[in-house]
Amino acid sequence: MAAREGDFGWIYISPLMLVLVPFFVAPLLVVIAASFLQSDGFGGIIVNPTLQNYVDIFSSGLTFNLYLETVKFTILTWLFALIIGFWVAYFLVFHVRSPLLAIGLFLLCTVPFWTSNIIRMISWIPLLGKEGLINMSLIRLGIVHEPLEFLLFSSFSVVVAYVHQLTIFMIVPIFNAMARIDKRVVEAALDAGASRFEIMSLIVLPLSKNGIALGSIFVVSIVMGDFFVIKVMSGGGSASVVGALYEDVGVLQYPSAAASAVVLTIVVTMLITAILRTVDVRKELTR
Amino acid sequence: MTKDRDAMSKSKRSPIAKKGPSRRALLKAGGALLGGAAGAGAFTGFPTIWAQEIKDIELRHAGVSYSVVKAIGDQASKDLGFKVTMQNLDTTAAINRFITQPDSVDIADVEGWQSKLATKRGILQGIEVKKIKEFDNILPIFTKGELEGHKIPRQGISPYEAMYIAKPTDTELHEGVTDWMTFLPQVYNADSIGYRPDLVGHEVTEWKELIDPKFKGKAAILDVPAIGIMDAALCFESAGLITYGNKGNMTKKEIDFTSDKLIELKKSGHFRATWTTFDQSVQLMAAGEVIIQSMWSPAVAAVRVKGIPCIYAPVNVKNGKEGYRGWCNGMALMKHLSGKKLDAAYEYLNWYLSGWQGAFVSRYGYYSPTPSTAKKFMTDTEWAYWYEGKPAPGPISDPYGVPMEKAGAMRDGGSFVKRVTNISCWNTLMDEAAYMNKRWNDFKVA
Repeated sequence: MAAREGDFGWIYISPLMLVLVPFFVAPLLVVIAASFLQSDGFGGIIVNPTLQNYVDIFSSGLTFNLYLETVKFTILTWLFALIIGFWVAYFLVFHVRSPLLAIGLFLLCTVPFWTSNIIRMISWIPLLGKEGLINMSLIRLGIVHEPLEFLLFSSFSVVVAYVHQLTIFMIVPIFNAMARIDKRVVEAALDAGASRFEIMSLIVLPLSKNGIALGSIFVVSIVMGDFFVIKVMSGGGSASVVGALYEDVGVLQYPSAAASAVVLTIVVTMLITAILRTVDVRKELTR
Repeated sequence: MTKDRDAMSKSKRSPIAKKGPSRRALLKAGGALLGGAAGAGAFTGFPTIWAQEIKDIELRHAGVSYSVVKAIGDQASKDLGFKVTMQNLDTTAAINRFITQPDSVDIADVEGWQSKLATKRGILQGIEVKKIKEFDNILPIFTKGELEGHKIPRQGISPYEAMYIAKPTDTELHEGVTDWMTFLPQVYNADSIGYRPDLVGHEVTEWKELIDPKFKGKAAILDVPAIGIMDAALCFESAGLITYGNKGNMTKKEIDFTSDKLIELKKSGHFRATWTTFDQSVQLMAAGEVIIQSMWSPAVAAVRVKGIPCIYAPVNVKNGKEGYRGWCNGMALMKHLSGKKLDAAYEYLNWYLSGWQGAFVSRYGYYSPTPSTAKKFMTDTEWAYWYEGKPAPGPISDPYGVPMEKAGAMRDGGSFVKRVTNISCWNTLMDEAAYMNKRWNDFKVA
């Protein structure tokens, strides 16, 4: 009887396994295997196990700088996406009385996401450029005399583009978590004489923690694994972990690119594990 | 089986049966060509049967967008009677696909250095020289490494250097002319600097202008490491900071010097941006972000079409410095091609050199390796402007008919011979490519 239950268990997870094993586990194993081999410099891989690729990564100042740069963008994006996402969700849940209107406004938030994220990124360029809309307006109004150069091809423009692209990933889970807060709890707190700040810090924040954590996972994993926005919006002025890895692929150095990919996967996994430590996502999803 | 498929494709085509006669005529012409070719011993078999069967053939020609152009593939399909599909990838994706999925491509569009690499990997088959009808008309830049008595420099990987193998299956390049080619040159140019004459204020003829402090915050450089570092090297050599043994194959020490210098410039705020695609370079210039940058010829033309003055600097060689950075794309046959498909591929290569394509690419500032055939498809006005470097006798339009230049305009850098003989180095893949890449990333992240 027990054996039969075990059989059923395998059947339950087999659809997932059929997708995960060939499309995730197998490629990952190939990448891991390649990361311990050597390149012949012409796109070939010499089967001669070595740790050299990892030694190179960990002994190079470049790795540190790349991670510093990527983590900098991740933290800035996360921070601004969180601030904006949190208040948008808060407004929709607690200030819009009609649930229908709240859902309507929520859907409105997704409208910009009907276009491709590349288009949304590129459209910042004519706005922020030296002869762009913002600089021209500022000059005409006499506020500045020289165009502000930091607006485009800078860390500023990278963060602007990321926040624009990723805030929705914060809004959705936070909205979801906040919508489940029993309004009567807030009313009771008000009746008991709690201040707005106390309601926020003792009720709303703790109860939306799960939403914040889920949103953070999206934002962190997307920014850490991206190179295109950094490349375009920094005008090529900044590099990223994945960008550097892709350059390795460009000169057919597959093993060192594979090693970089493995290290990045481990780093991102650690970051996400740290985020998950703060919440019980399973509880959140099954609630 | 083949017959069934023929019948099917015929019935499918019936709605456009009106096109029949011209297609038939073309097939006939193709047959005649084939007959001639067969007579010359190029083909074995029966040309008429071959002509019947070719329409099921599809050739996949893959490579970068400035070299593998849809309009050219469409014209080839029309002229040849079989289907040619053009597939575009960026440089990195292209070479990676050729190497990791060689069977997914029939004709690989490769640069000299990629041809060297692909040959080493054994994914190509040699092109038989005697099957290339226009071989004797291919400029000696490629076939012999010289032009009008001028030796074409060998810094970097010159097309000539990467062109021959001794036997069709060889994986090592061969120095000197043989009967087997690795790739058939189809388009090439000499790259330099583009600048805004109205904002720069004087004529630019030297690379060092690009790193001149007076253009601080208004300069850009190409961000494709292998090529970008050569542009930088041309600048530093021009400024007298260093003399390279071979800009196209630097030593670690030279790479260090070049990237340290680049980092220094970046930290001082010299570069407004770096660019990776054609469009980005056009945007940077047209939007006033930069006034001087390393650039490609058609990009300069694209800026000018917008009504913004832009000049392609003539950086002729002087005192052993300066010169253009040359590049050349050619077509290579993948190893898996055989039988009728291989025959069709040769027919396609021959079509490429027959003039239509040469004229097409010339109209946006690139060159044909067989100018003598391209000339037949160009007007006298176009020939005078693009190749002879003379004032245009009439208005000049781009390949799609958009007006580009008024009568009297002259091409920047002058005639074909003058520009090409001033090439001082070629696009390359250095022996120290992996190290160079790391240092380039140091520059990017600095």
